Amino acid sequence: MTQSARPGPVHVTGELLATKKIGAYHHLTLVAPGVAEGFRPGNFLAVSVSESRLARRSFWIHRVKPVGGYGAALELVVEAVGPGTTWLTRLAPGARLEVTGPLGRPFALPKEPVSCVLVGEGYAAAPLFPLAERLRERGCTVTLVVAGPDEAHLLSALEARRSARAVTVVTGDGSVGRRGMVADAIDEVLTKAAAEVVYAAGPVPTLHAVAAAAEAHGAWSQTALERPLTCATGLCHGCAVPVVGEAGISRTARACVDGPVLRGDRVRWTDLRTDLSAEPVADR
Amino acid sequence: MTDLAGLRLASPVLVASGCGGTGRELAAYGPLADLGGFVTRTLTLNARLGGPQPRILETPSGLVHAVGLQNPGLEGFLATELPWLAQQGTRIVVSIAGSSLGEYAELARRLGGSPGVSAIEVNLSSPDAPTTGVFDVREPFHAASVIAAVHRDLPRGVPVLAKLRADVVRVVESARTVLDAGAAAVVVGNALPAAMPDGRQAGLSGPAILPVALRCVADLRAELPDAEVVGVGGITTAEDARSFLAAGATAVQIGTALLHDPTTAARVAAELRDGVPLHTGTSTSTD
Repeated sequence: MTQSARPGPVHVTGELLATKKIGAYHHLTLVAPGVAEGFRPGNFLAVSVSESRLARRSFWIHRVKPVGGYGAALELVVEAVGPGTTWLTRLAPGARLEVTGPLGRPFALPKEPVSCVLVGEGYAAAPLFPLAERLRERGCTVTLVVAGPDEAHLLSALEARRSARAVTVVTGDGSVGRRGMVADAIDEVLTKAAAEVVYAAGPVPTLHAVAAAAEAHGAWSQTALERPLTCATGLCHGCAVPVVGEAGISRTARACVDGPVLRGDRVRWTDLRTDLSAEPVADR
Repeated sequence: MTDLAGLRLASPVLVASGCGGTGRELAAYGPLADLGGFVTRTLTLNARLGGPQPRILETPSGLVHAVGLQNPGLEGFLATELPWLAQQGTRIVVSIAGSSLGEYAELARRLGGSPGVSAIEVNLSSPDAPTTGVFDVREPFHAASVIAAVHRDLPRGVPVLAKLRADVVRVVESARTVLDAGAAAVVVGNALPAAMPDGRQAGLSGPAILPVALRCVADLRAELPDAEVVGVGGITTAEDARSFLAAGATAVQIGTALLHDPTTAARVAAELRDGVPLHTGTSTSTD
């Protein structure tokens, strides 16, 4: 244990302060004593969505902000896609929530002021905004790629322009920015930025494309995986990710505690995608 | 204090196999020393990567799971997990499964001689045994041969716990057989055999199965009054734990509830220790 050790995760009762719908997503602001103190970009929060639904629902922590009288509040970005997330987005301010956090291994920060490209697709772009702030504090050049199927699923593109030197917006339907997928745009962005470190958060195929592009450019990549997490705390071994370990040995990592941020060159993407092809639509 | 299978436990509340990670993850929420013991996830002789996705799905008041016994194998456990666990001030119970009697015997021999191992829990009831390749214990005499093999190779003072499935029809017969073969206590019960939506073999755990496990414990008390029984299955509250203790269990294990709230075991142990009244206020707890 070192003196600088951060406080670990806590399991506490939080309170919902506000819910605001922006585009396709709900931005939830809540207070949860002890969570904000240990937050680093890439951490997430696990939320209980009733006594009879046993699996936790996990969300990226989008930002930590001071709120009068409450200390620090957390902001989560939630897309209502299943019974748990729908319940959550309909809660009235003042509702109590059982939450656990901050959880997971966060983004690793470079020691030198290097050129960084941050790629976020859909609500998964949430952790990249606090990351961009930390990188700029360290003197890094930040280039952002914000992507989504359409404008409604683009997270805070306006704010992105404030927190980065250059922003590329990619939408599947071309409603904003360039039309297509992240995979189509990433090479050009990495070249233009002379990227040395690439951070990505989004669906697995996007992370795979970014990790491959980073490798081709000789850049380090840090990929934030979103998997359905049952316990979210490392207890159940449900969120398996096939990886290549230290000595080149294949092993199974847990997305919740060994990740969610993993080195892009360590994930066995092809095996992961084969494994996920059998998965039903996440019932969140 | 609780006495189980000749061991003195700090609390009647233990962590059930497969629900406490490596122990370190759970310890982030409270010292393991406050608990009666920590049962490891099931270890096999060789490391196992585990099964395909999805591994765990939610069902009403339950989880259906087919993790496929992911574990670091005996060597990995001894090198990277046991040394830390042994320093936590709680009883370490190692859960094991093998694909042959020889594997069970080797696991028992190596673990029984390792400092810090208080007891061995033999997983005789893995709900997806055929797909994982571990010995499929279907008949009580199979269970007896496994227990005998483990018991023979353990030093004195390291008891064997036999984890049975909560099969109400056969649990008494199974318990009698494994106790005769050398088990010091039975643990009832494992996940109920179930299936994933795609038909893969799986187990069902959580509050949904509590009444079934409780029935097994009650039947064991009635038929084998001298048997030491550990109750497990869906326990979430101190009230649940008291039901198992009142039905004849010496101790209880908490599993699935930890996946929903990692503080559950510590909370239940504290409530049992501090004797929180069964009923608070004037209402009865029928809700």
